[in-house]
Amino acid sequence: MMELQQLLQLPLQLMTQYLGTDLAFVGWSLLKIVCVIGPLMGGVAYLTLAERKIIGMMQIRIGPNRVGPFGLLQPVVDGVKLVLKEIITPSAANTGLFYLGPAMVMIPAMAAWAVVPFYPGFVVADINVGLLYIMAITSMGIYGVIISGWASNSKYAFLGAMRAAAQVISYELAMGFALIGVMMVSGSLNLTEIVEQQGRGIAGGSILSWNLIPLAPLFVVYFVSGLAETNRCPFDVVEGESEIVAGHMIEYSGMTFAQFFLAEYANMILISAMASVLFLGGWLSPFPASIPVLGAPCFLWWVAKVAFLLFCFLWFRATFPRYRYDQLMRLGWKVFIPVTLVWIVLIGAWMQTPFSIWK
Amino acid sequence: MTLALFYLFAAILVLAALRVVTARNPVHAALSLVLCFFTAAMLWMLIKAEFLAISLVLIYVGAVMVLFLFVVMMLDINFESLRKGFWRFFPVAGTVAAIMLGEMLLVLTSRYANLSAARLPEPAAGFNSAKALGKLLYTEYFLPFQLAAVLLLVGMIAAIALTHRQRKNTKFQDPADQVAVKAADRVVVLKMEAEKPAHAETDTTHTGEKA
Repeated sequence: MMELQQLLQLPLQLMTQYLGTDLAFVGWSLLKIVCVIGPLMGGVAYLTLAERKIIGMMQIRIGPNRVGPFGLLQPVVDGVKLVLKEIITPSAANTGLFYLGPAMVMIPAMAAWAVVPFYPGFVVADINVGLLYIMAITSMGIYGVIISGWASNSKYAFLGAMRAAAQVISYELAMGFALIGVMMVSGSLNLTEIVEQQGRGIAGGSILSWNLIPLAPLFVVYFVSGLAETNRCPFDVVEGESEIVAGHMIEYSGMTFAQFFLAEYANMILISAMASVLFLGGWLSPFPASIPVLGAPCFLWWVAKVAFLLFCFLWFRATFPRYRYDQLMRLGWKVFIPVTLVWIVLIGAWMQTPFSIWK
Repeated sequence: MTLALFYLFAAILVLAALRVVTARNPVHAALSLVLCFFTAAMLWMLIKAEFLAISLVLIYVGAVMVLFLFVVMMLDINFESLRKGFWRFFPVAGTVAAIMLGEMLLVLTSRYANLSAARLPEPAAGFNSAKALGKLLYTEYFLPFQLAAVLLLVGMIAAIALTHRQRKNTKFQDPADQVAVKAADRVVVLKMEAEKPAHAETDTTHTGEKA
């Protein structure tokens, strides 16, 4: 692993030699960003296909199967369609903000990936306050929704934006409390350290030492709040196509609409990646380290965990009916927040006893 | 590079602050305020106070301003009528601003402020400002910190108590009752014959014909 990290530093050293420290840092960062955003966009494209295929199978349909083998070129064709479509601006819309809205949704969805670790050393910015950074950046995504809802000058869009603002603010609290539990047991805000902490403990780095088991209620709260934050089923009242016909997105077409779409799927992957890093041990193996190949930490474990959580997103969409708005608010405020508060106190007390497993 | 970034952020901050007070549209003003907070956070980031910078974004940009924007969008403010008194109140406002400016100049140019010699200490490599801040808050400043927390809690409860009014004529659902309901409470299954006896039918028609 040491050799791998040294190899990773090689391009930086070369650039420093030829460009000087400042320019090399900028160039190196840009290169890393491309290495993260490129695969992420590919993942988003094929997540849309996976969603249609999986939900198709669950509803005993075939799903997209016409373009390319098994419909594999469908996302490409969809992309081309969205790029070529005309962008229509409503006549009384606030033009500047109307175009700023989708971009403001997209920017945080991309920027949050800066601190997500894929493997020790494989992260754009390994900062001390990574967890807080994620919370701060994702909380800004709501501006795009509010701005676009308001700037569209449409009642449906405005209602969608109002619903989104109230829902996201409510679930952010539950999400924040769930993360406090993780911070307490990890003693760090650095995401790489949070993963590495889960590799220690009584069970020596197997599934038993992950945060999943001691923090199980917090994991459930985090993941379900993640569903609500990304406005996915069963919490998609923000779009609510049967009531307010897609909410804040109603006046958008072509690439402006595609930005909302891309951001939603990028956020889904982000929530899954964060849940995997915070609770499921990231790149750590579920088997004890004594087993030769299976027990070794590997990037593929990270991928497998994220893929499973993404499957859950799709699974829930095919399974659950939509929450009514008041039930959704009740769940956030009266169920999730008390559950997390109780569990935080419990964990705090547990850590003070001799039975603490986080020494 | 840091100096160039500082001037860039400072320029954006000043322009955004001007937009807050000059924008005709209240939503534009609120969004400019968001930009102000964000650039201020970037300035803190430049002096390597990353915990404070990110907290500013998280609390003010991510929560407070969203609610602010929420309210501003819902209100239908006629800004032209609000602006009518601008020149009438300008002398008073100008005097207040001038006094504040004078006071700040007096403080900042005083030789005790010693601005020209003020230098931020460069943090050591591996310095974690979040950890340092947490240690200070929970040891040295523990009592003030807890008092501030209690004050905020009291304020929160007071705000809820003042605004919470239950209207008597509204209907609302109690989810606990909804969950506790049994099938027997909602549907009553009556036992009855599938058909009426045939002879009774014929009897009535017969009498009917007779009458």
